[in-house]
Amino acid sequence: MDPMRELYQQLILDHNRKPRNFGRPEGTNREAEGYNPLCGDHYTIYLDIENDEIEQIGFEGSGCAISKSSASVMTETLKGKPAREALEIASGFVDLVKGDSDEAATSKLAVFKGVRDFPTRTKCATLAWHALRNAIENIPTTATTE
Amino acid sequence: MVKGHPLVYLDNAATTQKPRQVIDAIVHYYEEQNANVHRGVHQLSQIATSMYEEGRKKVARFINAGTEREVVFVKGCTEGINLVANSFAAPRLREGDEILITAIEHHSNIVPWQLLCQRTGAKLHIVPVNDLGELILGELDSLLTERTKIASFVHVSNSLGTVNPVREMIARAKAAGVPVVIDGAQAVPHLPVDVQDLDCDFYVFSGHKMFGPTGIGVAYGKAEHLAAMSPWQGGGDMIESVRFEGSTWAQPPARFEAGTPNIEGVAGLSAAIDYIGALGYEAIGAHEHDLLEYGTAELEKIEGLRIIGQAGDKASVISFVLDDIHPHDLGTIVDEEGVAIRTGHHCTQPVMERFGVPATARASLAFYNTRAEIDALVRAIERAISIFR
Repeated sequence: MDPMRELYQQLILDHNRKPRNFGRPEGTNREAEGYNPLCGDHYTIYLDIENDEIEQIGFEGSGCAISKSSASVMTETLKGKPAREALEIASGFVDLVKGDSDEAATSKLAVFKGVRDFPTRTKCATLAWHALRNAIENIPTTATTE
Repeated sequence: MVKGHPLVYLDNAATTQKPRQVIDAIVHYYEEQNANVHRGVHQLSQIATSMYEEGRKKVARFINAGTEREVVFVKGCTEGINLVANSFAAPRLREGDEILITAIEHHSNIVPWQLLCQRTGAKLHIVPVNDLGELILGELDSLLTERTKIASFVHVSNSLGTVNPVREMIARAKAAGVPVVIDGAQAVPHLPVDVQDLDCDFYVFSGHKMFGPTGIGVAYGKAEHLAAMSPWQGGGDMIESVRFEGSTWAQPPARFEAGTPNIEGVAGLSAAIDYIGALGYEAIGAHEHDLLEYGTAELEKIEGLRIIGQAGDKASVISFVLDDIHPHDLGTIVDEEGVAIRTGHHCTQPVMERFGVPATARASLAFYNTRAEIDALVRAIERAISIFR
């Protein structure tokens, strides 16, 4: 496949145009920011974790198609999942886009495999996931890919 | 070649490509002249010293400094501004004093002043910019108060291309008794600079943006200022005498060149100055103006494309945004077509905020670019649009 089409697959373009779970849900109890100071991509991830389960998840912010669609697919993937499992999926996703693993937790996440051919864009794909980790683990600092 | 395509390099505001003459000058230094400067009595050191100091004279002629002793070699524009901030401005500042810059500065002409404000309690004041990307000079006079102790203005904006009327700005500042620093990093590749005609107190620029090497730049300062300034970095070669009880400083410019300098950088910068001189600013300016007009017209034909920065007096920089396509995505897609542009905030985040965009795509042109390369950029943008829509 054309590397550009591989990178910008329809699912990514669709989530970029219509990001899912965009906004701050009611009653969240965790949040964390992700910011890339070199490019300006900036997101906030909101979570409501009850009994170790992600009951609500949403995000706000702006950035490129890769970062925004990654955040959007992340929210769809992790809603209803145990927080501990979400952390494992996040680690797996980072490994996937960095080329350290071929395993994706879901077919939607596998769509981001094309990012590995564009190393400068792995930071875009992983930004929201780093913020998610901080939110789950209650780390107060802004997550950054730099 | 880049990704199977001939490279179309349109990121000249970040750094320029180097002509053969510059590369040869660096190689020649290492093959034929390599020695440290100012220290050795042996012949090679004398040759290297002579080349280094001839480079200083060349820079002085290049910017029409009154004497080569007004030319300090630094790492680049950023270090030049830090030198002026630390050695010239810092001792003059007290709490409540003001430093005047503009709304379209590069981070290198913002952050050093902010650091100085933190140390001294001074405040930063900003000359605003209009929607075209031109400074609102009507506000300059009211911003120049009796508390203003220094002003630092960019000559040419890297993210908008605006050529500021620095001669007029300097005159107004000087009338208010305010010394002026000019950040000329984006000016020297495009237009002739005469520091005596401008009557600026300091003028700083980098070698690598004017076809020279990285890691070398110039801080021009009026002789009386440099003579009154203390060093901001200590080390070898900047001293007159060193005792454990205390040391005294060499005369400028050596006072501000502690340690072994970037000798190869001076060799390359000298060659770059010769290269620009052989081309002539008139020819450079005419070609770049044609490219700017052509590029602007061609890009404006693209539906949903908006150019940020449309000043009347503009250098060959075209910054733009596209509906529904983030600049980073655009940058990746056009790169796949062999077209190198810059995307992001260009180290001018306040400019992005002023124009309400997170980032822009920027095509910055040099004399070696062609209309055909602009056409390649347009085709690459159209490909991005076809992917996204």
